[in-house]
Amino acid sequence: MGLLDYFRSSRPKGSASVAKERLQILVAHDRTQRGRPSYLPKLQQEILEVIRKYVEVDMNAVSVKYEQEDSHEVLELNIVLPDTVQGRI
Amino acid sequence: MARIIVITSGKGGVGKTTTSAALAMGLAQRGHRTVVIDFDVGLRNLDLIMGCERRVVYDFVNVINQEANLNQALIRDKRCDNLYVLPASQTRDKDALTKEGVGRVLEELAHGYDFIVCDSPAGIEHGATMAMYYADDAIVVTNPEVSSVRDSDRMLGILSSKSRRAESNEEPIREFLLLTRYDPARVEKGEMLSVDDVQEILSLTLIGVIPESKSVLTASNSGVPVVLDRESDAGKAYSDTVARYLGDEVPHRFLQVEKKGFLKRFFRG
Repeated sequence: MGLLDYFRSSRPKGSASVAKERLQILVAHDRTQRGRPSYLPKLQQEILEVIRKYVEVDMNAVSVKYEQEDSHEVLELNIVLPDTVQGRI
Repeated sequence: MARIIVITSGKGGVGKTTTSAALAMGLAQRGHRTVVIDFDVGLRNLDLIMGCERRVVYDFVNVINQEANLNQALIRDKRCDNLYVLPASQTRDKDALTKEGVGRVLEELAHGYDFIVCDSPAGIEHGATMAMYYADDAIVVTNPEVSSVRDSDRMLGILSSKSRRAESNEEPIREFLLLTRYDPARVEKGEMLSVDDVQEILSLTLIGVIPESKSVLTASNSGVPVVLDRESDAGKAYSDTVARYLGDEVPHRFLQVEKKGFLKRFFRG
């Protein structure tokens, strides 16, 4: 084996590059979540509860985005309403 | 006033206790009065790695609960007069480590010592957050492996938000990366993340790279901090790490595969 290895020039591409790529994506994603205030999940749930009193929306219909820029923070709410809005009485 | 150093990682089994023992011994040998504290309540192990398991009488929780004073609980190392060990409690519940209690003990130690090394338990639970809360410096122990790198990044987030320095808007904790169980041969083959890869992902100051070495197990088997094994690569690498922590500029070693002679390579020696 030793002799054969010595003459074999091409090495198979290792798995380290795959690991690095996966980690870079993961860590970047984790870091965007980090600066967020801890009340966001609860806020999202309560908003959803209020909306569901009036409109039948899906559990995933509300998305809350939080972005931090130099001097200000942006809290963005995105609510997807169903195609035919039918209010309850 | 002492400088408080936390040895943390998130993931278990990456070498926190080995590192705590080696760093504390290294600092003490260079003449600094050092105490190393085991924060792993319920799973005490630092005493074994330090080789003082049969001399434990009182522990950290006894001191916090004022059932013993610090002098009764601290174990003086037999190899180095500047080094003391404060063992973790083996029986009490984890909530025994209160923020006030830990703060009080650290405050008392800070007057008599130069360095306080806090050996954190794995995870992000109470014990781990207590170990890092009062820290001035953090050494994040990481293996070149996906789950360890990810957990280290999580710890960085916690260090920057849930520490005393973060809460009181002081200068943040100084964070360092210590890469352990590094195998240059596997890195060269592309089978293992390289130092540069891990540094690029975590963007931390690299304080040391400890090569995978049989001497680490030998050292823990016999209760001798591996830094005392001056013949081994791991011992030398830890010694370099201590020097770097103290501000010396020491080039990193053991990052390349040791070159074998032609004949050795030919016969797979």
